[in-house]
Amino acid sequence: MKRICYCFMMHIPNRLRRYRFFEIGSNHYYYDDMQTEEQVTRMVQQSYLPLGQTLTDMIRLSKGKFHCAIAISGTTLDLMEQYAPEMIDVLKQLADTNCVEFVAMPYSYSIASEYNESEFTEQLKKQKEKINELFSQSSTTLWNTELFYSDDISLLAWKLGYKTIMTEGAKHILSWKSPNYLYLSAVQPKQRVLLRNMTLSDNLTFHFSDSRWPDYPMDAEKYIHALTQLPDTEELINIWMGAETFGIWQHAETGIFEFLKALPYYALEQGMTFVTPSEAAKQLTGGERVSVPETISWAGESKDLSVFTGNDLQQEALQKLYAVVERVHLCKDRRIKENWLLLQDINHMHYMNHIDQGSTSYESAYDAFINYMNILADFLQLVNEQYPDTIENEELNSLLKTINNQEKEIVSLKQEIDKLRKKKK
Amino acid sequence: MKALMFGWEFPPHILGGLGTACYGLTRGMSLQQDMDITFVMPRPMGDEDQSFLRMIGANSVPVPGRGCIEFSGRYPDNLVEEIGNYEQVAAVLARQEQFDIIHSHDWLTYPAGATAKHISGKPLVIHVHATDFDRSRGHVNPTVYAIERRGMDEADHIICVSNLTRQTVIEKYGQHPNKVSTVHNAVEPLADADTYVKHPRKDKLVTFLGRITMQKGPEYFVEAAARVLKRTQGVRFVMAGSGDKMAETIDLVARRGIADRFHFPGFMRGRQVQELLADSDVYVMPSVSEPFGISPLEAMQVGCPSIISYQSGCAEILHHAIKTDYWDIDAMADAIYAIVKYPAMYKSLSELGRQEVNNIRWEDAGKKVRTIYDNVLKQN
Repeated sequence: MKRICYCFMMHIPNRLRRYRFFEIGSNHYYYDDMQTEEQVTRMVQQSYLPLGQTLTDMIRLSKGKFHCAIAISGTTLDLMEQYAPEMIDVLKQLADTNCVEFVAMPYSYSIASEYNESEFTEQLKKQKEKINELFSQSSTTLWNTELFYSDDISLLAWKLGYKTIMTEGAKHILSWKSPNYLYLSAVQPKQRVLLRNMTLSDNLTFHFSDSRWPDYPMDAEKYIHALTQLPDTEELINIWMGAETFGIWQHAETGIFEFLKALPYYALEQGMTFVTPSEAAKQLTGGERVSVPETISWAGESKDLSVFTGNDLQQEALQKLYAVVERVHLCKDRRIKENWLLLQDINHMHYMNHIDQGSTSYESAYDAFINYMNILADFLQLVNEQYPDTIENEELNSLLKTINNQEKEIVSLKQEIDKLRKKKK
Repeated sequence: MKALMFGWEFPPHILGGLGTACYGLTRGMSLQQDMDITFVMPRPMGDEDQSFLRMIGANSVPVPGRGCIEFSGRYPDNLVEEIGNYEQVAAVLARQEQFDIIHSHDWLTYPAGATAKHISGKPLVIHVHATDFDRSRGHVNPTVYAIERRGMDEADHIICVSNLTRQTVIEKYGQHPNKVSTVHNAVEPLADADTYVKHPRKDKLVTFLGRITMQKGPEYFVEAAARVLKRTQGVRFVMAGSGDKMAETIDLVARRGIADRFHFPGFMRGRQVQELLADSDVYVMPSVSEPFGISPLEAMQVGCPSIISYQSGCAEILHHAIKTDYWDIDAMADAIYAIVKYPAMYKSLSELGRQEVNNIRWEDAGKKVRTIYDNVLKQN
C-alpha cells in the first residue's frame, strides 16, 4: 500500500530596512515594516489563505482521510499574528481536524544547527512553545531550516527528543536508491529519516503550468496514475514544497488549487492513503540506513550548504553573528533577544549569494552584505554594552553566577546573624 | 574584409580613452583571419605598434593643390580647422585605397568618414565613444553637436560603447533605434599584472583617478569621503589627476576640514597608474556621465575593488563592482566603509572582480563589430 505524505512549508522573512553605517550606535531599529507587511499580505492573500481553504475542503470531502503536515516558523507566526490574524484562524481550524501535523522547526528559520548547539536547542524549544500555545500540538518530527541534515544533526535531534527528521532526497547521498522508503539514521538507528521526493515535488512547483514540460497538462488523475506505476515496494512518497508553490509560483489561474483538491479522490480510489510525517514514521518499520557525513539541504543544484555559506561574504557575516551567541544567551533584554532571532534568518545569507539571491530586494550580494553588516555592527555594540568583549566568556559566566547567587548568599548570611544574635542572648 | 578606419589617437601617445579603445578593438579584430585594417590618424609618431594593422599618417598624404598638411594630432584651439583638413585627406584616401567599409572613431573623424563614403560609395559605420552630452553635463556646444549629428545622419550604422550612450544617440540625436547597436568596450590583458603588489600599510587607501572635471563628479567623492571620515579614522583619500575643477575640489576638501586626510599627487601615467591602483583598497569613479569608463576595469585587473556610478557605461557589464548613483553619497560612503572595514568585502571584490575583467575580451567585441559589418554590407 502506498502512502502519500504532503508537507507545506511557510516562512516569510522580516525585511531589513536600508541602514547606513553612520547610523551605527544611534539608531537601533532595523526593519522595513512596510515591505514586510506587504510581503505577508501578498503571501497570505495569494497563497497561504487559499491553500488553507483548499486543505480544509480536502479534509472535509475525504471525511478526514486526507492528512498532511505544515512546517511554519515561529517568526512567521509572529508576523501573521500582527498582519494577517485571519491566517492564524485558518491554521487553528486545520489543527482542530486532527488531520494536520505542525512539525517542529527552528523558530527563526536559522542555520543554528550548524553553528551553535545551544542556540539550535533554544530555537526548537521556543518554537515548540509557540506551536503548543496556538495549535495544542507537540510534534516530535523535525523539519530543520532548508531541510539541513547530517549525521551530527541526527544525533543532536535525537538527544533533543526528535524521533523523526525530514530532509532532502539528495542524489549524492541516495545514488541509485529511491527516496520512497522510510530510512534510518546511520548514527542513531532508532531515528527515522524521511526523504523528500525531489522530482515529484519540484515538478509541481516549477513545471505545473509549463507547456514545454512533457507531462503538460497535468491533472490529478494522471498524477495519481503515475504514482501507481512506481514499484510496489516503494511505500512512502514524500511530496513537500514551499507553500507558495500554490498561488505564487503557480498562479491560481493555472488551476493548481483545483488540481490539489482533486488529488484525494483519485488517490483513495487507488487504495492509497495520506499520512503525516509522524504517522509515516509510526506505520513503517524502515530498513536501510542513510549516512550523511556532510550537511545536505534542499537548496540549489548542489543540495548542500553552499547557497548560504559558500562565499566569503556569507562566512564573515555568519562568523561575526554566532561569535556572540553565549553573550546573547546571558542577556535579559527583550529587544536584544528579538533582534538576535530575526538576524539569524537564513534568508539574509541567501541574499549575499552572488549567483542565486532568492527573493532579494537588494541590488547585489554586496549591497545585501553592506546593509546586513551595518545592522549587525549596531547589534553587536548593544550586546557589547551589556557584556563587554574585554571580559572572557568564562569569567563572565562566573561573575554572573556570583551575582545570581548573591541573594541566596544574603539570605543565608542573615540567618547566620540571627543565629549568632540568639546565641548572644 | 577590408576596413578603412579613421581615428585620432593611438597608443603609446594617448590623451584620453579613445586611443586605448581603438588599439584594443583593432587588435581584437585582427584575430579574425580575413580582416584587413587600414588605420588613418592625423599624426603618427612612428613608435605605434603596427604589427596587426596598416597605419597611414594624414600628415604624409599629399593633397592636390596643398601638398602634405601639418597636423597637431591633439585637441588644439583650431580643432575645427584640423577636422576640415583631415576631411580633405580622407577624400584623397577614398580614391586611392581599396576597402569594403569605412569605420570612423568619435566625432573628430565623422566628417572624414562621411566624405570617404560620398566619394567611394562604400558604407559608413561610426563608433560613438562619447557624445558632447557626456562631456558637458547637458550644455552642448552647437558646433560639436552639428558635426556629431551630421556624422550620425550620414552613417549606415552607429556603434555605441554602452546602452547608456546608445540611448543618448537615439534620444538626443534623433537616430532610429534599428540603426544603433551597442558593443561594450573590453580591456587589454595586463601581462605584468602579478608584478603589482599591495604594500602593507596602517591606513586604508581610497582612490579617485582621472581628470578632475565636472563630468567625473569629483565633489561627490569628497562628500562621500567626509562622511566616511566622520565615522572612522585610518582611511586616506587620494585624488590623482588634474583638471579645471581641481582648485574648487581642494577648496571643498578644506571646507570639510579633511585636508589632512587628502592627497593630490597630480597627473599620473604608465606604470604609476597601476601601482597606485594595486596599492589602493578602493577605487571610486563617481562619474556623472561616462559613456563607458575603462579605468574601473584597469583597477580590477590589479585586484582593486571598484565603486562606480550607474551613470557609467561599464556598470552595464560589471557584476563584481559596487554600483551607486553618482549623487548618492550615502550609498557611496557606505560602500567605502564596508570595503575598508570587512575583509570579506575586499577579498570578494578583489578576487572575483579580477576574474570577471579577465573574461572581458576585445576579441569578443571585435566579433560583434564584424557581425555589424556583415549586416551593413548585406543591406547595401
